[in-house]
Amino acid sequence: MHQFLFGIYPYIALTVLIFGSIARYETVPFTWKSSSSQLLRRRQLILGSVLFHVGVLVIFFGHLGGLLTPIWIFDALGISHGAKQLLAVIAGGVAGVMALVGGGILFHRRWTDPRIRRTSSFADIAILALLLAQLTLGVGTIFVSLQHLDGHEMTKFMAWAQGIFTFDGQAASYIADVALVFKLHLFLGLTIFLLFPFTRLVHMLSVPLRYLWRPGYQIVRSRRKTVNKTPAE
Amino acid sequence: MKVRAQIGMVLNLDKCIGCHTCSVTCKNVWTSRDGVEYAWFNNVETKPGIGYPKDWENQKRWNGGWERTKSGKLQPKQGSKWRILANIFGNPDLPEIDDYYEPFDFDYDHLKSAPEVKAFPTARPRSKISGERMQKIEYGPNWEEILGGEFEKRSKDYNFEGVQKEIYGEYENTFMMYLPRLCEHCLNPACAASCPSGAIYKREEDGIVLIDQEKCRGWRMCVSGCPYKKVYYNWESGKSEKCTLCYPRIESGNPTVCSETCVGRIRYLGVMLYDADKIESAANTHSEKDLYDAQLDVFLDPHDPAVIEAARADGVPEDWIKGAQESPIWKMAMEWKLAFPLHPEYRTLPMVWYIPPLSPIQNAAEAGKIGHDGEMPDVRSLRIPVRYLANMLTAGDEEPIVQALERMSAMRSYMRAKTVDGVIDEAIAARVGLSGRVIEDMYKILALADYEDRFVIPTTHREQVEDAYDMRGGCGFTDGNGCSTGISDGTLFGGKRKALKMPEAMR
Repeated sequence: MHQFLFGIYPYIALTVLIFGSIARYETVPFTWKSSSSQLLRRRQLILGSVLFHVGVLVIFFGHLGGLLTPIWIFDALGISHGAKQLLAVIAGGVAGVMALVGGGILFHRRWTDPRIRRTSSFADIAILALLLAQLTLGVGTIFVSLQHLDGHEMTKFMAWAQGIFTFDGQAASYIADVALVFKLHLFLGLTIFLLFPFTRLVHMLSVPLRYLWRPGYQIVRSRRKTVNKTPAE
Repeated sequence: MKVRAQIGMVLNLDKCIGCHTCSVTCKNVWTSRDGVEYAWFNNVETKPGIGYPKDWENQKRWNGGWERTKSGKLQPKQGSKWRILANIFGNPDLPEIDDYYEPFDFDYDHLKSAPEVKAFPTARPRSKISGERMQKIEYGPNWEEILGGEFEKRSKDYNFEGVQKEIYGEYENTFMMYLPRLCEHCLNPACAASCPSGAIYKREEDGIVLIDQEKCRGWRMCVSGCPYKKVYYNWESGKSEKCTLCYPRIESGNPTVCSETCVGRIRYLGVMLYDADKIESAANTHSEKDLYDAQLDVFLDPHDPAVIEAARADGVPEDWIKGAQESPIWKMAMEWKLAFPLHPEYRTLPMVWYIPPLSPIQNAAEAGKIGHDGEMPDVRSLRIPVRYLANMLTAGDEEPIVQALERMSAMRSYMRAKTVDGVIDEAIAARVGLSGRVIEDMYKILALADYEDRFVIPTTHREQVEDAYDMRGGCGFTDGNGCSTGISDGTLFGGKRKALKMPEAMR
């Protein structure tokens, strides 16, 4: 069971994430959107949404860098495992609480406002509930982490995550003896990956950073074959 | 010089009777769908009034359009690209649907299904969003129809800037006019500039501004970016939508639905040639009052041989050059200087222009003492203050408005003299800087307004870019739904399929 959940399930989740997203982008691009509901109700959205998104972004990049950076880089830089864990606990804790508060506001808005409730799909509500549960679990792990501040526990998760991405068949065994709350957190995280292509979460893949270096402001499209390539502005 | 062609529109407000046929036909064709019940790609406002959505002209509140920064740079008023991206989680300048109105329907069924009761059954309103009963309808797309509501509220109209507005609240001094509004298909569209996804684009061949529905991600920056508030967020599909200038009709040489159905025949469509290289500097003109002239300077004279040659070199088709030469828009905007852009101070270089309306002489009771400027009444004594029109059409510069009103007034005097008295009075024409021949041309196009004089629309040249043979049997407009004939109601990814009745197996 452990081998399936943490040795095989990650591959299922990632595969569905990747191919599901490609399939959605290709076949029904019209559904690829952020699904903003700000137009229908501004109240609670700005505060909740900013807190939630900023918090989640910090957590996301924290996890990405923290889990997938090879451990020897930290060693080479002279950052002790304990210090790294302390950084993760503090930064992750602050961002986690931000996201949890923001997400809580958003969930309250979505659940109680008749306009938003009525226009929400099942997936909209379910994925927000799952994210809130995941955030709660994530913040909950901090209390376990505080029991052992040497950072050794954390290196297990790094080994596991890196093992998954390097097709290490032993990956699951590295986290065999970690606390239950961590396992739940991992499992739920993988499940969110699995559901990703079927929810509004896909808007993450469309972060419009290209806007910043798009030449000029205007976009002109032409159907003519012979067209001046220089942009208007 | 880079020559491009655009289909422009002029609305002769002098003849608008406020019947809303344009709005209704447009709605029936384009926005009678879930999520855009509240959206009117075309709406008609009674001015003075705050309009739809509320107070849309007040850019201090909505931050739409462009601004010239202190360092002389042109950027969207809602902020630089960084600023716009930073606001992506919560857009502080986005109107709420209540600023338009909460869409509603009535319980019509109750009228026939109600049991026998003492009181006559009524059809009460119900929200189209939440489905809940609405106690009171607070606003609508046409809330101020024929000066509805208190003057106190309507006087928040932004165009009263610099006008002693109190006296216009008095019954004897009141004035009104209609303002039909649609997407301006700007030369310098602020919506396109604000779109982080790059989904909004201007078409090179006819200047129509469109939103790529498959590329739109619903970041909703275009809604706040557009100073005319003519981009609408479809709350059901999560995508922005706007007036398409009925491009399928335009492409085949037909006028837009709003123009075609206009009862007063106030709408004109025609080609304007413009220099794409001049757009940015024109939009960045230092003084707001110079923006109108700057935009005139962007247009190119289709009779100028140098322009014709450059247009050919830039791939403008021959019939489009001919269309530009016969364009009613060119005549009204450039030759006669009767038409003006709506709020040039937004720096968007709009392409739907307006001819200001004449109005009754102020203080009809004192008709004997009307200020006469020679033979003609002084247009400054017209009921609608010139400054009000100037705030709307020339960023406050009254001179061009006065000239246009005088010319229209002169046209009436000249034609009255001709048809009633049988006198050709060239002096009337000369006084407003025109000739009798030009005035008669004006009369033909403005007053008679024959169909073929109003709409000079060359067809698009898809035959040059597409192989029509490959397109046969293709599906039509499917709202991003593909051509699927599947029987499931939705897709795995949350999209809705168009209902298509499939035959089912019989037992």
